[in-house]
Amino acid sequence: MRNRGGDVFRRFAAATWLAFAAPALAQEAPPAIAPPASAAPAEDGQWTMPAKNYASTRYSELAEINSDNVANLQVAFTFSIGVNRGQESAPIVVGDTMYLVAPWPNTLYALDLTQPGAPVKWRYDPAPERAAQGVACCDVVNRGPTYAEGRIYYATLDDHVVAVDAETGMEIWNVRVGDINLGETMTMAPLVVNGKVIVGNSGGEYGVRGWIQALDAATGATVWKAYSTGPDSEVLIGPDFQPFYPQDSGADLGVATWPPDAWRQGGGAVWGWISYDPDLNLIYHGTGNPGPWNPELRPGDNKWTAGIFARNPDTGAARWFYQWSPHDLHDYDGINETILLDMAWEGQMRRVLVRPERNGYVYVLDRETGEVLAADPFVTVTSSLGVDLETGRLIENPDTEPHSGTVVRNVCPASPGAKDWNPSSFSEATGYLYIPHNNLCMDAEATEANYIAGTPYVGMNVRMYAGPGGHRGALTAWDVAGRRAVWSIEEKFPVWSGTLATSGNLVFYGTMEGWFKAVDATTGAVLWQFKTGSGIVGQPTTYTGPDGHQYVAIISGVGGWSGAIVAGGLDARDPTAALGFVGAMGDLPEATTAGGMLYVFRLP
Amino acid sequence: MSSAFPKVAAAVLLAMPAVAAADDLVVCADPNNLPFSNEAGEGFENRIAAIIADELGMDLRYEWRAQRRGFIRETLNAGLCNLVPGIEANVEPLLTTRPYYRSGYVFVTRTEDGLDIADFDDPRLRDLTVGVQLIGDDGANTPPTDILAERGIIDNLRGYPVYGNYADPDPAEPIIAAVASGAIDVAIVWGPVAGWYAPRQDVPLTVTPGPELDQETVIPLAFDIAMGGRRGDLKFMIDVDRAIAARQAEIDAVLADYGVPRFDAFRLIGGAP
Repeated sequence: MRNRGGDVFRRFAAATWLAFAAPALAQEAPPAIAPPASAAPAEDGQWTMPAKNYASTRYSELAEINSDNVANLQVAFTFSIGVNRGQESAPIVVGDTMYLVAPWPNTLYALDLTQPGAPVKWRYDPAPERAAQGVACCDVVNRGPTYAEGRIYYATLDDHVVAVDAETGMEIWNVRVGDINLGETMTMAPLVVNGKVIVGNSGGEYGVRGWIQALDAATGATVWKAYSTGPDSEVLIGPDFQPFYPQDSGADLGVATWPPDAWRQGGGAVWGWISYDPDLNLIYHGTGNPGPWNPELRPGDNKWTAGIFARNPDTGAARWFYQWSPHDLHDYDGINETILLDMAWEGQMRRVLVRPERNGYVYVLDRETGEVLAADPFVTVTSSLGVDLETGRLIENPDTEPHSGTVVRNVCPASPGAKDWNPSSFSEATGYLYIPHNNLCMDAEATEANYIAGTPYVGMNVRMYAGPGGHRGALTAWDVAGRRAVWSIEEKFPVWSGTLATSGNLVFYGTMEGWFKAVDATTGAVLWQFKTGSGIVGQPTTYTGPDGHQYVAIISGVGGWSGAIVAGGLDARDPTAALGFVGAMGDLPEATTAGGMLYVFRLP
Repeated sequence: MSSAFPKVAAAVLLAMPAVAAADDLVVCADPNNLPFSNEAGEGFENRIAAIIADELGMDLRYEWRAQRRGFIRETLNAGLCNLVPGIEANVEPLLTTRPYYRSGYVFVTRTEDGLDIADFDDPRLRDLTVGVQLIGDDGANTPPTDILAERGIIDNLRGYPVYGNYADPDPAEPIIAAVASGAIDVAIVWGPVAGWYAPRQDVPLTVTPGPELDQETVIPLAFDIAMGGRRGDLKFMIDVDRAIAARQAEIDAVLADYGVPRFDAFRLIGGAP
């Protein structure tokens, strides 16, 4: 029986919890805040999906490596990915095999953990189209494979979803679900729920209309597809749709909240994370920013972009929706990780979801209804003045609204958000959310001419720089119940890696200089660090090896949007290249070089 | 172009960017972006590049890549080529040559409608369906789009992505075809696109040059177009600049073949070209 509770929870009223505690846990102190057991099954030593479990806690009960001995951690083996681009993927482990997906060309590797040095068991090459590189907006990353019932599923940059036999590496099916010729790509990690592989597209910058779809895990055939804009029939909004706030009710708001036809190219790409509550039978997924028009050309709330949907995974039918950033002004995609927790809220047990959002707030929503229970800033926020908990609506700050022809200064957070896609972890032992994030602000001004595809245009020059404190990133431990930051580790560069929490009182994360760090989950003290060959923008995972010992894995290799200056050879003299990120990252090439290497660690 | 070669070239160029400049004129261009360039060499930039290569006494070859966000960083700045034609002059991070043409945004209408719209203050723009080119980058618009938005002309705008459908041999054509088909009444389009596709529709279209500058918003609508290279390649870029000057008459003839609306000529003559 794993220990799901800790001393930290005893301050909560026990009476509240007795009614709620699962029978299997009755003999222990019931947890005050924990993921639903159905979405976070007992630790089995594997790591079969990037988020660890459906609740997306990225928390492991493995504790052989812990805060007392982590200082002795050493390299067990390494493996070169063979592609020196942004390594945003999570190494996953099923049984005695580790699976890795490379950035484009998206080779899938299976490593045999039973052999010394973990040699390649097989490799699968999906041979994506070369042209896909040219249309991908933000490096050619992949955020991971996932495993279910003997198969590995993942998406390729050129919009294929593949199912590969986990034992043999044989392709079982390979379907194309998008069109790179229209600017669509895929970078997200699928989630497999109820025999369906759920995937979404990338490419909001290119005028793509966002969608999520479910493929039959057996055949790859599309079971349902829901768009993020357009008429209710295509968003899969029907009789089951019961949004909490009145602004989300009404016929065809995916059309009515846009200028005529603008929804057809409206963005809202579903390129981020999906969580699943088996008890409620609902999946939760975000939608990206509206586009490609600038805000003045798309008056209205631009539904259903920059928000979150709860949907039935079997039919796609929407249950509720909440919009983080109505009429998004700052490129705040709403696709971050969604952590499912059950916790006391003002004396009552609530099924909640926690979302550290790009617009700078940690949201706590009731995941049954979509009601916003809390929205607390975890970084300096000037782009909005808070969230109205009566109406649920973000209160925009008119002083930071961009207008063509004017300079807007000190917009915080900058476009990559307070945090981007790189996922937090939640420790059941501490009750803290470990948020890897940015500390960036920006100025935006209209440019002189630029050009694309032979066509001159007037753009916005976005210059990003460090926010208050002068550091550009941080790892922050956030007390979800206490609604406050407990500790924070400042980093020179944005923290663009995911985090991993373990019951060994540890949190692992990486920096863009290449340091892989283990810190005390309670205090934030850095207990161990190892310099990998390149900056880290990937997702750490942990597992029990065939020898019965605990291992920790990370893929090193800088890239992605923030690392594009290294991986893509951007000119550091152009501060607005890569959508303005270069200005804030000009010294990154001095700190690291491109790479692509798996590192796996263990105790001696 | 063999698919293996660019990788080899990249490795060499990264180490020694000057090597390619000494032997070949390596041009980075879009393989599917008429009327500018395509892999079959049918675009006017292809023909102009051939003239420049000839003047320089260099062999011309191409590094093909879609002109999307990151094009410069992933081609020229990655060392895959040493010249990119068709760049707005004075684009900051690059070294640019003298301009070899100047064009501007034009109004495209059906000739039978007799609209003759030539100005953004034309009140009919508030009621007609107006097509503009869409840029795939937040906060980025073609100048006509910003100018119309500033005038509150939003609901009757229709956007046509500059990239179009890349599977189509003419990805830039739909905005012009939409005028011909009646889907929109007016297209406000970058000159070379209109000059090439308007005569190729099955109904007569009228191409009317717009202003060089919108007085109300002070947004420019005409641009000098040059060739771009790396800042470090100064000597090579001076050679390219001289080659343009030496062969300008032939370049003008190519541009005329493609119907490129010339705003430089328009400005000098003081009337419609």
